[in-house]
Amino acid sequence: MKQENQPENRELRVRRIQNGTVIDHIAAGQALNVLRILGITDRSTEVLSVVMNVSDRKKDIVKIEDRELNPGEVDEIALISPDAIINIIRDYKVVEKYKVILPSEIEGVVRCMNPNCITNTDEPVKPRFTIHRGDGVELHCMYCRRIITDRIADFLI
Amino acid sequence: MVCLENGNIERLVHYFLIHENDYIQVMEGRENPIQHIINIQSFSRGEIDRILDRAAQLEPIAHGGVSDIMAGRILATLFYEPSTRTRLSFDVAMKRLGGNVIDFGPTEGSSVAKGENLADTISVMGGYADAIVLRHPREGAARMASEFSSVPVINAGDGAGQHPTQTLLDLYTIRKESKLNKVKIAIVGDLKYGRTVYSLAHALSMYNAEIYLVAPDQLRMPDSMKRDLVNKGARITETGNPDDVIGVVDVLYITRIQKERFPDPSEYQAVAGSYKITEETLKDVKDDLIIMHPLPRVGEIDPGVDKSRHAVYFKQSFYGVPVRMAILSMVME
Repeated sequence: MKQENQPENRELRVRRIQNGTVIDHIAAGQALNVLRILGITDRSTEVLSVVMNVSDRKKDIVKIEDRELNPGEVDEIALISPDAIINIIRDYKVVEKYKVILPSEIEGVVRCMNPNCITNTDEPVKPRFTIHRGDGVELHCMYCRRIITDRIADFLI
Repeated sequence: MVCLENGNIERLVHYFLIHENDYIQVMEGRENPIQHIINIQSFSRGEIDRILDRAAQLEPIAHGGVSDIMAGRILATLFYEPSTRTRLSFDVAMKRLGGNVIDFGPTEGSSVAKGENLADTISVMGGYADAIVLRHPREGAARMASEFSSVPVINAGDGAGQHPTQTLLDLYTIRKESKLNKVKIAIVGDLKYGRTVYSLAHALSMYNAEIYLVAPDQLRMPDSMKRDLVNKGARITETGNPDDVIGVVDVLYITRIQKERFPDPSEYQAVAGSYKITEETLKDVKDDLIIMHPLPRVGEIDPGVDKSRHAVYFKQSFYGVPVRMAILSMVME
């Protein structure tokens, strides 16, 4: 019989899903922001599991049943968790598995943190950023050139 | 400046992509692409040199000569914030080159007062003028304006953001009155809020300058900007005491220390006093030191210094004319 604390058992903390998506290797602490990106609120009806701070605070995992993500959602997840891995599950099997890819540019996804930026006005312009990866993810505003380095999730539109 | 050949859109698109940013943008599908002057960071050293060379050629006209280079052309100046030097020097530059200027006037009496947004104003002005000079209180306004404009947009300052023509005239002054390559320059004063200082330091680093940042603790350049400059190859030394560097530099670039940055007026008085340049301060400086200031000054330089051989700030202000002539002629030719 396997011990409770063996890795195989720890992965079974949440049961396997029949159909849907498992988002693995989310940066520790970002799972709730992933739910925000996916538009999940207290009124949502999706069956989902959230595991946070597993493997000694190294990662979070989100499992959503009967839902596959659209490319825009995957791009947004990449912003806050650039090493996340998306597993698409059908009939209990992983039919597709891929790492999120940071887009080189985003538009209308994140608002500029600079309150005086022209994109934070009534002008008909959407915030646009180029994305750079150093130690973490950096967003460079293409208008005011302000750089967002942390708490990117706070600025998601 | 990049060579703009008629119809050579592909090459320009490629140029734009590899330069990542925004001083030249291409209106797709147009025979003649539009050049916008949005920020200094996207200029290469060669491009800056070409603008400064052009300014040197045009300087005799700025001194009172006559030219018809811009005859039949109309420049619109849109200043959403007060400005004296920048607005007037653009006005003079255009008129000395034989062109005309239409001025938007104070925003209180304009369509802006009726609630018109910048994008619409720019779209309308593009139908009236051959180029637009824009000053706006919001950072990124010029970049946005360029996306809506059918004519070149020249950024004359957007909030605490970019002011590329100021940087170019600063470089012209240093080249003319001192030397640009490997210059030792102290940039003194408010290095925290004045992002034009960052632009100047960025441009100077392309000329292998040795840059001394001299600021009181409250007004030091933010670490992120310093890091960015160092990553781009700038050689930077920081100090809080102007006396540490005044004897070794070729250029003393003074900026205004604004009273409102200090919560305690007595603290402001103490800092302003220790940063004031007087004849006494200049006792042990290099013979060929030059003192620059973007003006207006509010007590940072004692009027007694004005007559010294070191003071070039009024010439610097004048050099705004040939430099802006060069820019106008390049974007509208």
